[in-house]
Amino acid sequence: MSVLAHAPAPGVAGPPPEPAAARPRARWVPYVLLAPGLVWLSFFFILPTITLVSTSLQTGSLATGYAQTFEFGNYTSAWSEFYPQLIRSFLYAGAATVAALVIAYPLAYTIAFKAGKYRNVLLVLVVAPFYTSFLLRTLAWKTILADNGIIVETMERLGILQLLSVVGLTADDRVLATPLAVITGLTYNFLPFMTLPLYASLERLDPRLVEAAGDLYASPFTAFRKVTFPLSLPGVVAGTLLTFIPAAGDYINASLLGSLPSTAMIGNVIDALFLRVLDYPRAAALSVTLMVIIVVMVAAYVRRAGTEELV
Amino acid sequence: MASATTPGSVEPAARIRRRGPVSWVRDNVVTIAGLAAIAYLLLPNVVVTVLSFNDPVGRFNFSWNRFSLDAWLNPCAVAGMCEALGLSLQLAVLSTLAALVLGTLVAFALSRHRFRGRSSTNLLVFFPMATPEVVMGSSLLALFVNMRFPLGFSAILIAHIMFLISYVVVTVKARLAGLDPRLEQAAMDLYANERTTFWRITFPLVLPGIAAAGLLAFALSFDDFIITNFNAGAEVTFPMFVWGAAQRGMPPQVNVIGALMFILALLVVFSSEVARRRRARR
Repeated sequence: MSVLAHAPAPGVAGPPPEPAAARPRARWVPYVLLAPGLVWLSFFFILPTITLVSTSLQTGSLATGYAQTFEFGNYTSAWSEFYPQLIRSFLYAGAATVAALVIAYPLAYTIAFKAGKYRNVLLVLVVAPFYTSFLLRTLAWKTILADNGIIVETMERLGILQLLSVVGLTADDRVLATPLAVITGLTYNFLPFMTLPLYASLERLDPRLVEAAGDLYASPFTAFRKVTFPLSLPGVVAGTLLTFIPAAGDYINASLLGSLPSTAMIGNVIDALFLRVLDYPRAAALSVTLMVIIVVMVAAYVRRAGTEELV
Repeated sequence: MASATTPGSVEPAARIRRRGPVSWVRDNVVTIAGLAAIAYLLLPNVVVTVLSFNDPVGRFNFSWNRFSLDAWLNPCAVAGMCEALGLSLQLAVLSTLAALVLGTLVAFALSRHRFRGRSSTNLLVFFPMATPEVVMGSSLLALFVNMRFPLGFSAILIAHIMFLISYVVVTVKARLAGLDPRLEQAAMDLYANERTTFWRITFPLVLPGIAAAGLLAFALSFDDFIITNFNAGAEVTFPMFVWGAAQRGMPPQVNVIGALMFILALLVVFSSEVARRRRARR
C-alpha cells in the first residue's frame, strides 16, 4: 500500500475504515484463525451438551445399562421430586444477583470514572481474590459470620437479625447455616463476574454525554437515570447473565455456609444424583433444565441487543 | 472544558459550595460505596491470611487462638497437600498456555474480520461462561464415560482449556477493540509488509491484553473445583484437597498456600505496574 492510498478518497469522511475493509484479504483467513478454538469448543462443550440431552432421555440403571428410550418422564419425575430445590435456587440466585448488581455498580463506576491513575490497581484488586482458592475464601465467611463474631453481634444489637429472622432469612440468632449466609456467599463469589462487564460498558461511555446532561440542567441523579444507566445496560445484562445462572447452579455455598438439606440448591441435587446416587438420566434432566433456562435468557438478550456486546 | 482530563467531574462545583464532613460524604458517596465493595471482596483474603498465622485449637481453623509461624515454616507438613498443589500448578500452566493460543486466534478473527457465522461464534464463546459449572462438569463426565476416555490428568486438562478459551477471547478482544487501527495503517504507509506490521506493531500492542488474559486464566484454572471434581478420577488437585480438608479438619498450612498465592499475584502485578510507570516517565 502506498502513501497515497492514505489520502482521503473523495466523498469519504469520518473515521478511517477498519483494516479488514481497507485491505480485502483471503476469505479463508478468519476460518483458519477460528478453527482450533472452535473445534475444541465443539468437541468438549457442544458434544457433551448433546450427550447430556441424550442421557436425560434414557432409561435403565448403571447395573443393567442405559437404553435410549426418549423417556420424557425423567423430566417430570425430576421436577416433581426436586421442585423445592429448583425454586430455592432461583430465589437465592435472584437475591444474590440483585445484591451483586447493587454492590458492583458503584464499584465499576468508581473504577471507570473516579479512580484516575489507580484504575489498574483497582481492577487488579477485583481479580486478585481469585488467587486464593474460592473454597478457602468461602470458608473464611464461616469466620466472618461466626455466631459470636463482630458482624453477627452488631446485627443482633441493632435488631437487624431479629428483623431478618421474621422474613425467614436467618434463624435462632445466627447467620451461619441460614439462607442469608448462602446468599452472602453467592453474592461474594460472583461479584467479579458482575463487576467486569459493568466496568467494560461504563469505560466505553463518553463522559461528555453526562456533562451535556448537566449543561442541560439535569441533576446528577437525572443525568444518571437518563444517560449513564441506559448506556450501561449491555453491561448490566451481561453481568446478570454471568451471575444469575452460574449462581443458580452453584452448590458450594449451600454446602459450606448453609445447612443441608434445608438450604440445598439444585446443584447439590445434580451433584448427588451424578456422583453418589448414580441416577444419570434424572441428573442430566435437571442439568438440561438449567441449560434451557440459560438459552432462553440469552436468546431474549440477543433479540434486543445482538451478539456483538456479549463477548 | 476542564473535565476532559477528569471524567465525571460534575461535582467540583458542588464541592466548593458545601463543606464539612457530612457534605463530603454526600459528594463522594459513590466512591465510598465502591471502596466498600473492594473491602467486601478482599475481606475473606485477609481472613485467610490472618488465620495462616494461627495455632488452631482442634482440627478446624475457623477462630483465632494464638500467633504461630509453625504453618509457614513447615508448609508441606500436611500429607498430600504439596503434591496436590504441584498438580494444580502444572494443570494451570498447561491449560493457560493452550487456552491463550486458541483464544487469541479466535479474538483476532472476531475483531479483525467480517465472516459468515460471526453471531454463532459469539454465542459459542459466551455460553461456556454462563453455563453452571455443575452442568459442564457433569456433561463432560457423561462424554468421557461414553467414549471410554480415562478420567484423570488429561481429562482435567481438556476441561480446563475448554472453559478458559472464552475468558481469553473476551479479554484479548477488549484489548483489540481499544487499539487504534491507524497505527497499523501508519506502519503499512511506511512500507512495512503485513507480517512486519503484525509482529512490530499489532502484537506488542495486544501483548498486555494477552498477559491479562493469562493471569485470569491461570487463576481460574488453579481455582477450579466443580468441573475438576467431576473429571479427576483418582487425581487430587489443590481445591479438591481443600474440599476434603473442609470435611476432615483444616490445617493452617492450607491457609498458607492461599495467602502465598494471593501475595505472589499482587507482587507480580504491582512490580510490573511500577516498572511500566518508570519506563513511561523516562
